[in-house]
Amino acid sequence: MLYGRDDCGPPPARPGATPHNRNEGEGTTPVKIGTPKEILDGENRVAMTPDSAKMLQKLGHECLIEAGAGERAGFLDADYREAGVTVVDGPDALWQGADVIAKVRPPTEGEVDRLDSGKTLISMFYPASNEDLMKRAADKGASVIAMDMVPRISRAQKMDALSSMANIAGYRAVMEAGNNFGRFFTGQVTAAGKVPPAKVLVVGAGVAGLAAIGTSTSLGAITYAFDVRPEVAEQVESMGAEFVYLDFEEEQTDGSESGGYAKPSSPEFREAQLAKFRELAPDIDIVITTALIPNREAPELWTEDMVKAMKPGSVIVDLAAERGGNCKLTVKDERIVTENGVIIVGYTDFPSRMAKQSSLLFSTNVRHLLTDLTPEKDGKINHNMEDDVIRGATIAHAKEVTFPPPPPKTKAIAAQKPKPKEKEKTPEEKRAEEMAAFKKQTRSQVTLLTVGAVLLLAVGLVAPASFMQHFIVFVLSVFVGFQVIWNVSHSLHTPLMAVTNAISSIIILGALMQLGSTSYLVILLAAVSVFMAGINIFGGFLVTRRMLAMFQKS
Amino acid sequence: MDFGFTTAAYVVAAVLFILSLGGLSGQESAKRAIWYGIAGMALAVVATLIGPGSGLWGVSVILVLMGGVIGWQLANRVQMTQMPELVAAMHSLVGLAAVFVGFNADFTINLVEAAKETGQAVEGNFALLVAKKTPVEIGILMVELSLGVFIGAVTFTGSIIAYGKLAGKVNTTAQQLPGGHMLNLAAVLGSVLMLVLYLSGAGSWTLFVLALLAFFIGYHLIMGIGGADMPVVVSMLNSYSGWAAAAIGFSLGNDLLIVVGALVGSSGAILSYIMCKGMNRSFVSVILGGWGGTQGEQQAVEGEMVPTDADNVAQLLDEADSVIIVPGYGMAVAQAQGNVAELTRRLRAQGKEVRFAIHPVAGRLPGHMNVLLAEAKVPYDIVLEMDEINEDFPDTDVVIVIGSNDIVNPAAQDDPNSPIAGMPVLEVWKAKNVIVSKRGQGTGYSGIENPLFFKDNTRMFYGDAKKSLDELLTKVA
Repeated sequence: MLYGRDDCGPPPARPGATPHNRNEGEGTTPVKIGTPKEILDGENRVAMTPDSAKMLQKLGHECLIEAGAGERAGFLDADYREAGVTVVDGPDALWQGADVIAKVRPPTEGEVDRLDSGKTLISMFYPASNEDLMKRAADKGASVIAMDMVPRISRAQKMDALSSMANIAGYRAVMEAGNNFGRFFTGQVTAAGKVPPAKVLVVGAGVAGLAAIGTSTSLGAITYAFDVRPEVAEQVESMGAEFVYLDFEEEQTDGSESGGYAKPSSPEFREAQLAKFRELAPDIDIVITTALIPNREAPELWTEDMVKAMKPGSVIVDLAAERGGNCKLTVKDERIVTENGVIIVGYTDFPSRMAKQSSLLFSTNVRHLLTDLTPEKDGKINHNMEDDVIRGATIAHAKEVTFPPPPPKTKAIAAQKPKPKEKEKTPEEKRAEEMAAFKKQTRSQVTLLTVGAVLLLAVGLVAPASFMQHFIVFVLSVFVGFQVIWNVSHSLHTPLMAVTNAISSIIILGALMQLGSTSYLVILLAAVSVFMAGINIFGGFLVTRRMLAMFQKS
Repeated sequence: MDFGFTTAAYVVAAVLFILSLGGLSGQESAKRAIWYGIAGMALAVVATLIGPGSGLWGVSVILVLMGGVIGWQLANRVQMTQMPELVAAMHSLVGLAAVFVGFNADFTINLVEAAKETGQAVEGNFALLVAKKTPVEIGILMVELSLGVFIGAVTFTGSIIAYGKLAGKVNTTAQQLPGGHMLNLAAVLGSVLMLVLYLSGAGSWTLFVLALLAFFIGYHLIMGIGGADMPVVVSMLNSYSGWAAAAIGFSLGNDLLIVVGALVGSSGAILSYIMCKGMNRSFVSVILGGWGGTQGEQQAVEGEMVPTDADNVAQLLDEADSVIIVPGYGMAVAQAQGNVAELTRRLRAQGKEVRFAIHPVAGRLPGHMNVLLAEAKVPYDIVLEMDEINEDFPDTDVVIVIGSNDIVNPAAQDDPNSPIAGMPVLEVWKAKNVIVSKRGQGTGYSGIENPLFFKDNTRMFYGDAKKSLDELLTKVA
């Protein structure tokens, strides 16, 4: 593994030069967060950018950076200084001065030796394959937070560096493929002839796979995608690719059980899958494989005979190259051409090839993690081991190795609920339903009319004729009212209320008629009524007019 | 005395009123229709003053004008966010006027009977009308006027309480005296008893007691309804004020009152129906207070509310092509409509498609949001109803939810045990990104947890809507 190499850096500084006890929280000096230059050759990323440094300072922290650390990612020392970061020369000063060290690659042994009980290291770590290093760090008493161990729960997505790096890898994989592929992605009809669109197959629809699908479809290629988890078919299709289904009956694996990652599949399933790929291979121009299973050798999905079946000039980008590759012909960190002219790209440093983008995302992930570590935003680190996310990512704390973490309390992805399929209705059924609805409507209307008519007749039997005259007017008005009001536009309901309010002060007519009475009490009450109705008439109409005048067409 | 001219004028006025309501079917025709209404009212009042109301017409004109001045002031000063309060307050006036007119009718009956006994001639047009009636007709008249008094009294106190709740002067939570609806029921039974006593000639005091009981019902009924249900209450009171006018119209034998009362009554009834349908609740359950019964556990909400800031929102908007804004009562409270409109203008100037989605029960009055947006000069053709826009959410890049909660709650569709299960909601969660501008993490008026806030594509933009938008506007060119 790349990160396993040791370096011959300067000798480690004496630990404990400036011991800080950050858990006490009493000290007034803010915590210093420092980022050293990445030691590994070919690693261009940096764990702190001027942008992230500004945000970290808002949390009350101080920021340090080793001179030249951001250079290869396109961030100059001057940019850092402008963002308020102290630029220090050489790793010694940095490792001594900083309380929290944030870097990208796992630390080398030399780097681990620089840690002490007052320091926290935040970086990628891959603890399962770096146990010795982890023990060493724990013995030193330092706290180590592995960015690759951030649990996959929605709250922690913003700190999920694996996802953000995988996203870049997926994008870059398509770019590399395009670089090596001699044709357009998109189909075109030009004056010089017709160009068929490229056909791209993405195997494994994780974060990297989905990013590759998105990039490939937006370049115009016909994109197919496969994943052992059928529940991702929807996501794949939403990105514009076609999901490759197998003719295979098996109990569906539920990705939510395994933290959103794929699990190894049964031999029968594998056979069905390989058969499908064999069938597709001659047609496919570009294959991007991203299939990885946690802590295992990458499964072989693209066999030699499939490579042989492909057309010359086709490209395979194997994102699993670091773990042996999904194609056994892949050579790690190299681009090879097979005998039949198929190009296989086995680079493992895709994120580093886009150092600026990766650094921006990685530093944001780190910044979010530090936000969670600084809940009070007061520049004091509170390493809360009760917190699911912090606990999960911490692999060494208080002289103990704390890996593997207990399972998080929250599941990665909401369990898939079985979706009952709605049956398509036949035209006959639809017609029958419509008929039934129509009949029901007719029946209820007729019932209503009959009841209404009977009631009216009943009233007519007892009430005198003078009442019935008014009653007819009343019933007809209600009827007209219902017909008219249903047509009023929803957006004009407030003006409708204001205007009905204004015209309901028609009660003024009654008061006006009574004003001519001989009784002073009657006159007084009538006068007050006239006055109130007057307010209402003017107020109601004017406010309606004001409202209506505001409705403007664009 | 017959007033042929007056009757003719009433017919014209009635037609004008119908036209003025019918014209509200569209924004442009509404601007014309309002003049029909004004003309109809002017015609009706003038015709009455010349005809049956000619008794003290000088006083009448002065009183109307005095009222007019106050009405004018009110109409010009009111903020558009205060429309619900204004409408409620004005309903109370109609209610009280109906009570007074009803009492006057009763007094006039007494006067006329006293006059008949002493053999004196009656004076006044209304008294003359009453004097012509047969005993059966007097009986019907008494039923009509007590109905008018009853409905008017309920409208009066109910509207005052509704006004108080809307204006924040009365506690907006549902409150009831001990005894709850039993008290209301007792009051209704008491009213019926009073009506029977009144009809059997027990005297005017029974009508007083009836009015007092009705005042109590209005007060207690509306006190028991929470702030979020006010749209239904206001439209219901609107309806009642119409029925009160119609009842008085019967007792006065005035057809125009009957026509207008029926129009207003049915209008209010339809509005209440639309509101209730918008909440998928029956009218009775709204009026009796409280949400419909909940069965079983509500689904637990998974996930986490992810906060965001103005920078990120501005960036999202910058990248979006289509934006839908869902305003709610919170926008009115924060008076943020001006900022919303400014944001809309800027985004539209950048060539983005910006639209508004209005839920039928958004705000505290039917159509409240439309008026607020119109006030802020948002063109009405980009303000759409729920049914018009609900299918467009999946193709939308960014949805901004400002101050609304239950009307965008996916639990209404997903969780059969939710108190709002089955309520039609705006399907904002289907959009690519949702930004929720909200004061804090609380659950709002109804106290129902909203899973939308926990969705992966939702970002919470905490803070007062106006301040948040102010900040956002500094970042959107």
